Amino acid sequence: MFQAWRNLYSKSDNAKAYSLLSPALFLIILVMLIPMALMLSFSSFTQVSMMEIDFTPTFQRYIDFFEKSLLVSLLIKSVKISFIVTLITLLTAYPVCYYIAFYVKKNKMLWLVLLTLPFWTSYLLRVFSWKIILGTKGVFNSTLLGAGIISEPLTFLMYSEEAVIITLTHAWAAFALLPLYVSLEKIDFSYIEAARDLGLSKFEVFWKVTFPLSLPGVIGAILIIFIPTVGDYVTPALIGGTEGRMLSNMIQAYFGKINNIPLGAASATIMLTTVILITAIVSYTTKRLTQRLS
Amino acid sequence: MNEKNSSLLVYTLIYFGFLYIPVLFLPIFSFNDANYMSFPLAGFTTDHYEEMWSKRNLHKALWASVKVGVVASVVSTAIALLAAKAFVRYKFRGQNVSYGAIMMPFLIPEIILAVSILIIWINLGLPLGLVPVTIGHILFCTPFAMLILIARIEGFDFSLEEASRDLGENAWGTFYRVSLPLYLPGIIAALLLSFIISFDEFILAFFLSGSDATLPMYMWNQMRFVKKLPHVLALGAVIIVFTTFIVLLAFWLRNVGQGKEKQDIAIKL
Amino acid sequence: MNENFIQINGISKHFGNVKAVDDVSFSIKEGEFFSLLGPSGCGKTTLLRLLAGFEYPTNGNLLIDGSDITALPPDKRPTNMVFQNYAIFPHINVEQNIKFGLRKLGLTDDEIKKRVDDVLALVKLEGYEERFSGQLSGGQRQRVALARALVRQPKVLLLDEPLGALDKKLRDEMQLELRTLQKEIGITFVFVTHDQQEAISMSDRVAVMSEGKIQQLSAPNELYKNPENIFVSDFIGETNFLKASTKSKDGEHINVAIEDLGDFKVKNNLNIPENSSDVVCSVRPESMMISRDKSDWDICLEAKINQTSYLGEMTRFYVEVSGINKVITVSSQHFDNQSFENNTCFISISLEDISLLQKK
Repeated sequence: MFQAWRNLYSKSDNAKAYSLLSPALFLIILVMLIPMALMLSFSSFTQVSMMEIDFTPTFQRYIDFFEKSLLVSLLIKSVKISFIVTLITLLTAYPVCYYIAFYVKKNKMLWLVLLTLPFWTSYLLRVFSWKIILGTKGVFNSTLLGAGIISEPLTFLMYSEEAVIITLTHAWAAFALLPLYVSLEKIDFSYIEAARDLGLSKFEVFWKVTFPLSLPGVIGAILIIFIPTVGDYVTPALIGGTEGRMLSNMIQAYFGKINNIPLGAASATIMLTTVILITAIVSYTTKRLTQRLS
Repeated sequence: MNEKNSSLLVYTLIYFGFLYIPVLFLPIFSFNDANYMSFPLAGFTTDHYEEMWSKRNLHKALWASVKVGVVASVVSTAIALLAAKAFVRYKFRGQNVSYGAIMMPFLIPEIILAVSILIIWINLGLPLGLVPVTIGHILFCTPFAMLILIARIEGFDFSLEEASRDLGENAWGTFYRVSLPLYLPGIIAALLLSFIISFDEFILAFFLSGSDATLPMYMWNQMRFVKKLPHVLALGAVIIVFTTFIVLLAFWLRNVGQGKEKQDIAIKL
Repeated sequence: MNENFIQINGISKHFGNVKAVDDVSFSIKEGEFFSLLGPSGCGKTTLLRLLAGFEYPTNGNLLIDGSDITALPPDKRPTNMVFQNYAIFPHINVEQNIKFGLRKLGLTDDEIKKRVDDVLALVKLEGYEERFSGQLSGGQRQRVALARALVRQPKVLLLDEPLGALDKKLRDEMQLELRTLQKEIGITFVFVTHDQQEAISMSDRVAVMSEGKIQQLSAPNELYKNPENIFVSDFIGETNFLKASTKSKDGEHINVAIEDLGDFKVKNNLNIPENSSDVVCSVRPESMMISRDKSDWDICLEAKINQTSYLGEMTRFYVEVSGINKVITVSSQHFDNQSFENNTCFISISLEDISLLQKK
């Protein structure tokens, strides 16, 4: 019996791989998929009172969401902010990675550590440091006041959309740097030399060779910045004020002091769906774009 | 490319300035003898650091974070080690789907993970606290640990494991005598980095910790009071130094005995 | 000596749709130096891994010294392996590598010491105990791998292309050493290689494999002299194929019509039936000669030589025989060193050594 089982077991790589994967898949199913499915079903319930929920399935929460102009505008704002943050982060980080991948020869390790280190440091503290800089009595205002450039503290620095965008750009930079660097580093330099040899200008080489080859990294960076920032809570809560508020802050409120779990669940579901749709579109069009480029 | 590109170099340096300078304000102001974080600096003091010794809640939160971090990093590294081996060693049906599924917690907005765990936890009638936070952290750390381990195990000569079986060791003996010692630097790096992720994690703790604050939760609660900010700065500065130290240690370990010095954490994203 | 020391009975191994090993049966004798020879992908390594226990057969069973090992895991088998890349554990030194497999054998410390010392002497690695894998040359690593396997005194030693990573000169030395060592200790060796010269020079018997099947199993000289099919004839050494068809039998000989050359009488070792058109004659380079003048060999043809290319022991000629282009390979001893290009000359073939083979 045991021999038979062992025989069957050892016959297939599939079986071996899945037995190794089973704890991880179990974890994903139990702690992520089932809870998310439950969240989805809660979005079809109704909060009757503080402690009571009516479990009759209904689409009303989704209708509620789209009827509340605040929620819809927060969703749009969240997507808009994330989009801008993703774009700025990519545009600013790309040249840095390009430089390190192609120009740095000495002490590459040091540059790589510098590139990677912020990735691991506390997100909360990275955001918090901007509160120190942008605050009414913060670094920026006190410096300008001290230098006599302004006579009153600039209050618009804090608690605005712009503040949220700057902070998010800084806080998520590390997430763009890594995938971009890795994809650029992997490019075989002989491709670039071959393109130059075939008579392309530096500019053409970049657009026809380097950039298309780095696209996996670009798409990776888009995914790991855009998706999580749409759902970011910390930055808008610390830096955003009322102006810079995003959808997550409302979701938190529905699960907290407003206590409308079904509407919170519906909002979260809508957020997730939006994010998935947009990333699908972005990666699809980026891929199409590359095909046209090359 | 042997040519220089000084404008790109200048830009890169400015970018790193943008990346690092904001964070440096924390340690700078943590030694400033004032409640406000403004220039010019008022004077040097270590009061804010001394203050930390007396905060009971801080100690409690630190202990909570350490407990959560240790359990989460050990469990997620163990799970990730098995998964990483499956991906490196075998070609199997559904490989990409499984990989995507395990990487998902890394991509999905954390608030959604937090909220869905919150719903199921409350509906199971279980009390909020460090247990759900730990479970959430295990979910969140596993993809990170797996990426680190995959990068380490890739290129591993699996005939070493076969040689051990051939020389009379069973599966466990092989793991203990061959695989474990050879994976060890990678395992320790994964442990350290998942510990750091858990230690610094805020959103899951925010939704799931109830009244058992972890260290980031403690800081969050203090941030609301202007008077307590300097003390948060001191704590933040300590955490940044600690994190940096652990991460550098993990990097160093990851590269021990590995010819290539690639930081390909994101290579599989 | 046990004639059926290792029995391979109807073994198949399928990976998905690929039949890596396809219903193979044969036996290996005790104390034999046995080689599995074939091009890459022929199933020889899979067969070796089936013997070691790293793969389990889809069908069939395996016996070593009378006991069924088909379902045993590698650590329970009386076999040990020398891996292609040697698989020396990099985290422990040479001595610890060699002792690695002794832990579970229940030996006393003295016995362990004796075995390690003996095996170190056997592979001439005394003084290297403290070295690590990274501090050893390819040849030394190969010796460690050998010592590590032999110290367990297995019934069968499996060797997976152990000389492939060494340079030519070292490989020749190691061939001789391995052969001597095997005769000295008397352990059955199963040796996998894609190098025909290696297999032929070292082995007592060779199994030539292709597409998961055994094409021929015989002593090395038989493989060359009496190939049983076109694959073996082509794979072992150089040869010239001539299309032919059989006519009537004549005792151990048979009359054949060789295309463009005429009718001849040749040996019929494989008992090929009469009136078969799907046959070829295989002529080894040393059975051919190129000369200026007509010879008195069995076959002598006038030909025009368009081009020659010198290959060392052999020379390739691109010739035109009665208006038809052919390529023939001839032993370099069998022609005088003058340039033949664009000249008329004579190709002679000795019928003695022709092998008549059937097409599939």
